[in-house]
Amino acid sequence: MINYIIKRIGIAIPTLLILIAVSFYLMHAAPGGPFTSERPLPPQVLANIEAKYGLDQPIWRQMINYLSGIITEFDFGPSYKYHDRTVNEIIGRGFPITLKYGFWSFIAAIGVGIPLGAIAAIRKNTWIDYLAVGVSIGAQVLPNFVMAPLLIIVFTLWLDWLPGGGWNGGSWEYLVMPVIALSTSYMASIARITRSSMLEVLNTNYIRTAKSKGLPTKVIFFRHVLKPSLLPVISYLGPAFVGLITGSVLIDIYFSTGGMGYFFVNAAFNRDYSVMMGITIVVGGLTILFSLIADLLYAWIDPKIRY
Amino acid sequence: MNYLPKSLATGFVLALFASSSVFAATHPVTGETLAEDQTFTYSLLDEFTSVDPQIVEDVSGADIVRDLFEGLMNQDADGNLVPGVATGYTTNDAKDVYTFTLRDNAMWSDGNPVTAHDFVYAWRRLADPATASPYSWFAEIMALENVGDVMSGDAAPEALGVTALDNHTLEVRLTSSLPYFAAMTTHSSTFPSPEWIVRTSGNDWTKPENIVSNGAYVLTEHIPNERSVRERNSLYWNNDATILEKVVALVINDENVDFTRYLANELDKGTVPSGQYIRLKQDYPDEATSFPRLCNYYMTFNLSDSGPEAFKDVRVRQALAHAIDRSVITEKILQAGQINAFTFTPGATAGFEVPPVAFGQMSQDEREAKAKELLAEAGYGADNPLSFEYIYNTSEGHKKIAIAAQQMWKEVLGAEVTLANQEWKTFLKTRGAQGFELARGAWCGDYNEASTFLDLLTSPSGYNDGKFSNAEVDSLMLDARTMDDASSNYTRVEEILANEMPVIPIYHYAGVFMLKTNVKGWPYNNVEQNIYSRNLYKVAK
Repeated sequence: MINYIIKRIGIAIPTLLILIAVSFYLMHAAPGGPFTSERPLPPQVLANIEAKYGLDQPIWRQMINYLSGIITEFDFGPSYKYHDRTVNEIIGRGFPITLKYGFWSFIAAIGVGIPLGAIAAIRKNTWIDYLAVGVSIGAQVLPNFVMAPLLIIVFTLWLDWLPGGGWNGGSWEYLVMPVIALSTSYMASIARITRSSMLEVLNTNYIRTAKSKGLPTKVIFFRHVLKPSLLPVISYLGPAFVGLITGSVLIDIYFSTGGMGYFFVNAAFNRDYSVMMGITIVVGGLTILFSLIADLLYAWIDPKIRY
Repeated sequence: MNYLPKSLATGFVLALFASSSVFAATHPVTGETLAEDQTFTYSLLDEFTSVDPQIVEDVSGADIVRDLFEGLMNQDADGNLVPGVATGYTTNDAKDVYTFTLRDNAMWSDGNPVTAHDFVYAWRRLADPATASPYSWFAEIMALENVGDVMSGDAAPEALGVTALDNHTLEVRLTSSLPYFAAMTTHSSTFPSPEWIVRTSGNDWTKPENIVSNGAYVLTEHIPNERSVRERNSLYWNNDATILEKVVALVINDENVDFTRYLANELDKGTVPSGQYIRLKQDYPDEATSFPRLCNYYMTFNLSDSGPEAFKDVRVRQALAHAIDRSVITEKILQAGQINAFTFTPGATAGFEVPPVAFGQMSQDEREAKAKELLAEAGYGADNPLSFEYIYNTSEGHKKIAIAAQQMWKEVLGAEVTLANQEWKTFLKTRGAQGFELARGAWCGDYNEASTFLDLLTSPSGYNDGKFSNAEVDSLMLDARTMDDASSNYTRVEEILANEMPVIPIYHYAGVFMLKTNVKGWPYNNVEQNIYSRNLYKVAK
């Protein structure tokens, strides 16, 4: 197991480096730069600015400078768009916000999704099943860019229960709508994966054996059905978790949360190279980390898998 | 026995009086009863870039800077020039030396006096290549002595033509005569900066915990992409006249959510979602507002060598300009009070009389007939249709206009027009490198004077992406700089433009927003929409 982890980390480092190199190149290949504007700067001004940020150097040197800044000082550089902020500050502020609503969305998605799927599987072909499947399909087809404004109209405008947006340090009333909007489609996927995998397990021979032995349904469910039917769910959860905590631009736009997703997308439009790279590295690193954790969890749940 | 010292008793009475007078506060001029809560909350579509006067480059950032800092001159509600930190100025006959007299009671929020040296520092800082300000070009259009050499690093910032003759006298020397120079000092990039704070805090000097400013408000909170708060500055020289206590700017990236939150009373000023102005004006006649803005929307022909041969024929350019039914665009598509444009300069620009250019006087039917005639003369017809590509930057609004224009050109002229959209920075790159045939363009004035638009179409202009070049236009615009009243030159330039048609003017912008009825003092007549929050107030409902 330890060897496996070391091996995976060994692969992770070059993967991350390749990610950085490719992103860096693609980013610079896009036409325009951070200081391209409708009012083209006089060449002298542009030269001054580019020299200040080292953008006048060849790309390979810029990349080496950038990487060495990260490795030696953990410095992701200044933002080219927001002049009074560094990338460290932007990520340091935006990421905890994203992490918070992402984490609670994850909990909500699991907390509702798994029971919903399980109930549907156990009560297969009853009205409960139809309702659960109906709800989850509904939740999946309702994209969050529709869901978010709807929530605001209902909870803010009509009922006047919740603030229409903002973050306010992440207090619960600011968290409710982002979490609902972000978690529903994940919840729906989890419910459907749980349902189908549980149905599969319920039809296996060992469950039939357990039933014929006269074991109570509760015991069969918790001891023999739940764990094996969660395997496909776990493999879905790894990437889902990364997706949730690395930010949703739509949530940030609709609820003005100030999370990382909006900065990421905006950085691409602004050609804010350093912000874009910084967030790419964070997201890339997290993706690698959580896919490793998901694999380890898999081995823990499924005794057939050994590393 | 008297336990209460007399002075304390007097204090109590005064405090009682003061507090009761707060509840009954009325506006000193209009006598309206003021609301208890003088907090104004509005929305920004995007996070502002900076509140550093010499760095800020976006309108929403400049609005905040105008509250936090005060420059030499201000504007009143009608856009007229009124004293700011300067009580006035004098100029020589050649209008290339300006001397500003600064008031002696202006103070920074840390208690230091505002002096002429603070302006000298700020202006040098603007031009200094070490600052690398994206707005340093403003120093260039201010024509300060030696500005070119300072910006290129060939001269020290100290060589710039601005000197503090003493603490309260600022002398400015220009390379050419600029009759409207004083008006330029209302621009945020000319506002003073506190050298001692910039030096000690570096890039962090604009953070709420460090910032020192000389305007009516100070920045007390800033959470990037969420909110920023500015509160009244008790050391501002005219603080007694300020009524709004607090101004809150919320970043709301989506205009529909913005509008919903406005309806939920979270905002005093909100956005009108695009295309909904007419409906909202009916539903909320006192809140939905539209006003002319100093911005134009046009299409620019590529007249450089890389441009299509067809556009080198003036008749083709004129035909395309005549064939567009601007009313369809302003009344059916945009629906927010935009004005049909037949000149490059918006009619709202100060001192600019819209000349009666021929194609603006015709009816649309006449224009279309003329368009057909012109194109036929140029040798295009059913067997030889005109075809070209029109590019615009990706946006639903531009797309609708492009499709409408494409349809009009097809119906009136039988022209085959392909449309292409490009992401913003890619588009700028393409247009700036003359990699287009016909491209969308828009321009908002930097100051309220026609030259801010017309200079764009002179040969040396760096923004002249269509590479139009006309010797008469160039010389008229050069002469206009030194004239007291250059309006006749501007009229003549517009007439030349209407004949030469290097660009197709489409419409002049209108600004739209929702404003709660209890917010008063909004400067509707200030076409530049330079808002000073200290002039706003909220009345009791």
